[in-house]
Amino acid sequence: MTNTEFEPILLARINKPDSASLASYQADGGYSGLRKALDMTQAQVIELVKASGLRGRGGAGFPTGMKWSFLPQNITGPIYMCINGDESEPGTFNNRILIEEDPHQVLEGIVIGCYATKATTAYFYLRYEYGKCYRTLQKAVDEMYAAGLLGKNILGSGYNLDIHLHRGACAYICGEETGLIESLEGKRAWPRIKPPFPAVEGAFRRPTVVNNVETMACVTHIVNRGAEWFQSMGIPKDPNNPRDAGSYGPKLYCISGHVNKPGLVELPLGVTARELIDKHAGGVWKGRKAKAVVPGGISMGFMSASELDTPLDFAGPGRVGCLGLGTAAVIVIDDHTSMVDVLYNACRFFAHESCGQCTPCREGTAWSTKILERIRSGNGKLSDIDLLLEISSSIGTIPGTTICGLADGAAWPIKNAIAKFRGELEDYIRSGRKSEAPILVGAH
Amino acid sequence: MSSVFVNDIEVEVGPKDNLIQAARAAGVEIPHYCWHEALSVVASCRMCLIEVGEKKSDGTIVMGPKLVPACQTPAKPGTVVKTETPKVKTAQQMTLEFLLLNHPLDCSICDQAGECYLQDYTYKFGKAQSRLNEPKVQRLDKYHIGEQIALFTDRCVMCTRCVRFTREISGTSELQVVARGSVEEIDVFPSKPCNNKLAGNVVDLCPVGALCSKDFLYKKRVWWLKSQKSVCAGCSTGCSVEVDQNEDYVYRLRPRANPLAQGHFMCDEGRFGFKYVQSDQRLMGPTSKTISTSGTAASAVLKNGETVGKLFQPADLAVVDHWPSVIKETRERIRQAIVSNPSGFAAVLSPMMSVEEAYLLASYLKSIDRNVKLLLGPIPIVGENDCYPKGVDGSSPSVEKTKFTIRAEKCPNRFGIEAVLTHFQGSVVAIEDAIRGNHNIQSWYFVGGYPLSDEVATWVTPAIEKATVGASLLIVHDIFPSSLSMKADIVLAGAAFTERDGTFVNHRGLAQGFKAATRPPKTARADGRILSELSERRGLFNVEGIRKEIGDKIQSLESLSIGDIGIHGVELREPVGAYS
Repeated sequence: MTNTEFEPILLARINKPDSASLASYQADGGYSGLRKALDMTQAQVIELVKASGLRGRGGAGFPTGMKWSFLPQNITGPIYMCINGDESEPGTFNNRILIEEDPHQVLEGIVIGCYATKATTAYFYLRYEYGKCYRTLQKAVDEMYAAGLLGKNILGSGYNLDIHLHRGACAYICGEETGLIESLEGKRAWPRIKPPFPAVEGAFRRPTVVNNVETMACVTHIVNRGAEWFQSMGIPKDPNNPRDAGSYGPKLYCISGHVNKPGLVELPLGVTARELIDKHAGGVWKGRKAKAVVPGGISMGFMSASELDTPLDFAGPGRVGCLGLGTAAVIVIDDHTSMVDVLYNACRFFAHESCGQCTPCREGTAWSTKILERIRSGNGKLSDIDLLLEISSSIGTIPGTTICGLADGAAWPIKNAIAKFRGELEDYIRSGRKSEAPILVGAH
Repeated sequence: MSSVFVNDIEVEVGPKDNLIQAARAAGVEIPHYCWHEALSVVASCRMCLIEVGEKKSDGTIVMGPKLVPACQTPAKPGTVVKTETPKVKTAQQMTLEFLLLNHPLDCSICDQAGECYLQDYTYKFGKAQSRLNEPKVQRLDKYHIGEQIALFTDRCVMCTRCVRFTREISGTSELQVVARGSVEEIDVFPSKPCNNKLAGNVVDLCPVGALCSKDFLYKKRVWWLKSQKSVCAGCSTGCSVEVDQNEDYVYRLRPRANPLAQGHFMCDEGRFGFKYVQSDQRLMGPTSKTISTSGTAASAVLKNGETVGKLFQPADLAVVDHWPSVIKETRERIRQAIVSNPSGFAAVLSPMMSVEEAYLLASYLKSIDRNVKLLLGPIPIVGENDCYPKGVDGSSPSVEKTKFTIRAEKCPNRFGIEAVLTHFQGSVVAIEDAIRGNHNIQSWYFVGGYPLSDEVATWVTPAIEKATVGASLLIVHDIFPSSLSMKADIVLAGAAFTERDGTFVNHRGLAQGFKAATRPPKTARADGRILSELSERRGLFNVEGIRKEIGDKIQSLESLSIGDIGIHGVELREPVGAYS
């Protein structure tokens, strides 16, 4: 998990003994960033994060400093921060490692972020499956309260903050920020319509910031080492494209699938998929070749074998037709795997996880799964491919037919598979063969 | 007010309107399921997707890149709406195809057929064929979902209007969505069925045939029903309703949206409480002790009252029409009684009467002699006002603004009657006060019209019973037999609220017109006609003409002088009685 050229930042402490404890974190200079931040004004911290060009690590890549500055000014009453630890994107496990191995790095960032946004309560939303994370985090939070790093008058600064841990109930949709807020409020996690955006009216109808775990870990280091240091890593913004915000800083890449050495790798943003696989994951397993690579969680679609030199920064996967970088969860699919099976698995996941609120997503994801089930049973028709394409292009926020982005994530694997592997799908249907892989139950 | 352009038609819209309302103002229908004026916006059915742009000050139009839901988009000045572009049409077709994927297409046995938005929109905006090749998701029907409502689960389009209704209007929150994705369904918690007093509204709210009223289920195809705009007579809220009837049989009442009255909904007491109008206990014709009428009319009971639809068929009209002779006798005896002792004659006006009927009776009697007494009949009060939304546990006090009230006063027109009484004799005297102690009344004209129900005790109180002992003349004008009608000299068989034309004034002084949906049973007659003939007015009973006359003569009811008071009614300039 280490590499010779790049000194890990977020993962620097994970192999140390007792890395999750406050004592070990403070021995490594922990909470110096918080002390620094508490000496600054709130606006200065936001400016610093803005200047660093930090973009959210949760999937959408929205600039963090800008998100914080959307909070209405001069309001009375509480502001909330929600930390999105509902890491459910298939293939993603960077938050888990961060929380389990070095929770104080994340918590320090949270306190800094809350201080900057004047939030007085933070809710750490953790997916239910992360039991160890929960226990580790709870211990870390307890340690912080005992050490005066949380609660009233943090480090004598007069700033008060409480952190509550909240465990979800196993739903992908809770990773969507407004779905998370609804779930936090004890409701069914149906994403909200926007506007109002959470910054104006979020959790408990109060202004709310929702940030990813890895983002908050980055904040710790930005405050500690400055914006320029952060900008020294990654891919600078394209001067010819005013809408490009650049891809700065380190990123945790989760590598899984058909590789010899799956795992978590920290690298500056912009490494290519080929380098990740060959250099950091020990190459494709069993001496095979990669057929397709998922750039950032299954919802981002597929890169074909010819697109492996695409840099995995925020803009790169989009240039080859993928939805985006997502969570940087790279899943490698070897050339012995049928794309029909891969696609079926993806569709089944989204049909199972569609919250059921918007008609196109609720019905479209289930329908495409049924079609793929039929193709896998040997009863496919060539016209099914066009039908799948039509379904996938009529669901999602990009055509505007759904409230949240889940349907985009459901549509993209279909779109990419058809665009990049149409021949294989057609051959499969023509051959009328039945898939050897068992049909997975549990979704419709 | 601001200007919005819908398919190049410029319309003025209100500040809080959304684009569905803006399009409606332009005469353009934007299909929608989940949006309802009285409920919160969820924008989840995605049926109302349209293209939206902005007209800049220099006249250029910039269209947005995406489809947006019209229900969620406020009608801001300069908004440009396109509802007929290929993009919109494709989205509408896809949404309908998605909605119909798992729909059983059982229109032929579905109660909603004929008034179903899934049918209507599919004809207007959808595709004829589905491309689904796989088996549909099948779900179990849920008859247990409420005492009055059944859920046909696989017809549901998951618009969640019903869920939002029980959360936002009734507050009782029984209905909810269970499971996720395409297998999700509406359900209740086990042993907590949806039985609140507003539950029937979820049937009206349901845009498809998923939630059906058990009372109406499989009784009639809706295209046979004729609707008449009426007013519920169940309580002093005076909900605007549609009375749906076929062949003089009322099948159901539905709330009619009226911002001046109750809003969009009605309570189940009113919705299902109209059944008394077709009771076989009704008075079917007039009787007189002196004229040999058939003698059975006062207690005329159809042998098989349950065979609905046959109830009023000509073959059953065996009772001879005695009206001319009975009216003549009534007139003569009233005159005799008043002439011999004017202050010993009292007419009791019931709060179930319309303003016009009260006016006809009062003006007739007062024209014979000014000293005739006019009294206000018993006001049925049951419990206390029932306000919604309630708490989940059914508790009453709620911090939320009241959105619907079922009133304790179970009569529709107390204020209207009081206005007439005040006009004719300066004050309102209730019958209870008039008969306390020595009352010196020998001749009575009682008007009833109260429903026969288990909850409201008979309107003939022991005091009334006692006061009428030994009366020299007792005329009872009612729809049901009572202990009073049994001993009456003359019984006039009147009509229920679905069988009459008239005006009710509700608790806050809103005068609403209602029209007859059906004919009275057998030879019973609409009260306006009885009173019109009794007072020897020229021509037929014409509610608008009398309304005008009332408006001209009675100061507090002068808003009625326009005659046609529209479907929403008019608010009286000087409300009578206290607002409550």
